[in-house]
Amino acid sequence: MKLPPDVTAANFAAAVKRFQSVVGPEWVFVSDEGVNLYRDAYTPFRGEPDEYIPSGGIGPNSVEQVQEIVRIANEFKIPLWPVSTGRNLGYGGAAPRMTGTMVLDLKQINRVLEVNDSLAYAIVEPGVSYFDFYRHLQDNHHKLWLDCPDPGWGSVIGNALEHGNGHTPYQDHFDFHCGMELVLANGELMRTGMGALPNSPSWGTFKYGFGPHISPMFSQSNFGIVTKMGIWLMPEPEAVKNYLVAVPAKTDLVPFVDTLANLMARGITDTNWAIGSPILTSQNPKIAALVASGAPTEELERAGRDANLGYWGTRLRFYGPPEIIDAQWKYAWEHLSAAIPGATFKLAASFTFPMDRDSIEEPPDDVFGKTALGIPSLSIFSLGGTTRRDGHIFFSPIIPMSGREMAKAQVIFPQAFKDLGMKPPELVGGWSWFKRNLVLLMPMTISKDPAENKKMRENYRSLIKIAAANGWGEYRTATAFMDHVMDQLSFNNHALRRYHETIKDAVDPNGILAPGKSGIWPKRYRESHT
Amino acid sequence: MKTLLGLVLAVGILLPSAAVAQNAEPDLKAGKATFVKWCAPCHGEGIYMTGTNALRAKYKDAKPALLEQRTDLTPEFVKGFVRKGAGLMAPFRKTEISDAELDALAAYLSRKEPR
Repeated sequence: MKLPPDVTAANFAAAVKRFQSVVGPEWVFVSDEGVNLYRDAYTPFRGEPDEYIPSGGIGPNSVEQVQEIVRIANEFKIPLWPVSTGRNLGYGGAAPRMTGTMVLDLKQINRVLEVNDSLAYAIVEPGVSYFDFYRHLQDNHHKLWLDCPDPGWGSVIGNALEHGNGHTPYQDHFDFHCGMELVLANGELMRTGMGALPNSPSWGTFKYGFGPHISPMFSQSNFGIVTKMGIWLMPEPEAVKNYLVAVPAKTDLVPFVDTLANLMARGITDTNWAIGSPILTSQNPKIAALVASGAPTEELERAGRDANLGYWGTRLRFYGPPEIIDAQWKYAWEHLSAAIPGATFKLAASFTFPMDRDSIEEPPDDVFGKTALGIPSLSIFSLGGTTRRDGHIFFSPIIPMSGREMAKAQVIFPQAFKDLGMKPPELVGGWSWFKRNLVLLMPMTISKDPAENKKMRENYRSLIKIAAANGWGEYRTATAFMDHVMDQLSFNNHALRRYHETIKDAVDPNGILAPGKSGIWPKRYRESHT
Repeated sequence: MKTLLGLVLAVGILLPSAAVAQNAEPDLKAGKATFVKWCAPCHGEGIYMTGTNALRAKYKDAKPALLEQRTDLTPEFVKGFVRKGAGLMAPFRKTEISDAELDALAAYLSRKEPR
């Protein structure tokens, strides 16, 4: 049993009894077997004493129960780590940042409260996963699509709060949220946006409300527990088309990214595309051997031309009426052709709707194909093949959507990997989740060997510093690295972190909610953890 | 899912003779529903099914890659994997798959007349 800091066993037992009286004894988990279900399956501290282990889990089934739990937690100074569906794998799973914190498991608060077909929004609770939400929309014949992140078991609310993304024009999930209900650290209930106006029909339509727009303060933070949220949905498009674009030379990267960035700023394409390299990641044994041998660029480019593979490539997805897609594509094609001699273009997939989406099969050439049609899936876990794996975390810095920055990243990170004694990635891929930016994704694997994990953690921290030295910060990170990522945002003697702490101490004086989330420590734990 | 289970139980209460006459059937239906909701996205049929593909690589042709086609699974074996996880598969919490749902799932996957 890992008790919360400064809480006696007797007080903890008394608090557990009170929690049991609120949710029923079967929904408070403090046995070893119960606690184990809340540990991070992908922890980078596997088998080490530093793993963040919760003291237990509590599974309420109503907002009123959450309020009561928070009041009791204040009374007994029990820290709580709220999770929505608890599937934040690679970022800490359902486990807290601080050992001894109790996990407040909201999975059973899982109703879709409203779906508005004409204004295309819904109000949902935190336990609603993308799988649940898709089923609800399908079974009730709503002609609305949700934008899915890659793993479909995530929470619609949780993913938005963590700044998660999908593939359609609605890809930036937090950007498409609208109004929240929260349980505050004192147990009080609050609504933001027009949710604050009783019986307002604008909760799901007008996110700003009146006065300071504070909803974003509750994303990636520990200032409140979100119990309801509005989310905008996409009316079913008449068509979806995917086009593959490839460019032949290594030096084409700069005009390629710059042209795509310009298309995005103009709204010609507003979906998720990624910069990849058909040559460097080719499964063709001859080309793969050439890449592995460290062949010179000219040779790789020649092999690429012979095999009809670009040095760089992307897939552009368009959604809407076919006539508008055709016009968007014509504009994109003309501008990419003009900017990059030898660019090639190919229609990869075309769908028209309405059709029975439940019957859509996974396309063999596009692991995200189904997800990009608003159908939740777990296909992303198949990346990496069938070799047994024990988890992963991502190092994911943000760079501006600029060719120069992207080309620089292709030099900086492979060199950093080499210097740190790791196998450098063939390329550093970039994703257009947040307009005007690329998110670089570099997976790091979890091992059963604590020595390997220790080295990985050191390397991860070094990469955070190397990125920061180039002006690049992370968009999201695993609990193990939240302090390190926040440390880099150091302008004016960490004014931002100090402001977070000022807010934290004002709204949560007992430090009950998610201590350590995003590097924000409440006063009572600050000295011992920073 | 708890609502669904509640419905199944309520039907059982309203129709006691039918429930007794077809003893195991409600469990298997509930078990199938849990499988479809929680397991099929990785252990179903399809090219990107991580669980199915991993089991195919592990067992070659010695055992079916699809869990629903296995005849060697026991309830304890199924429950162990669900609550402890394996490799990339993280364990499932009781707020996701309750003990009652897990009993039904284990009964469904250990039935001796696979799909």
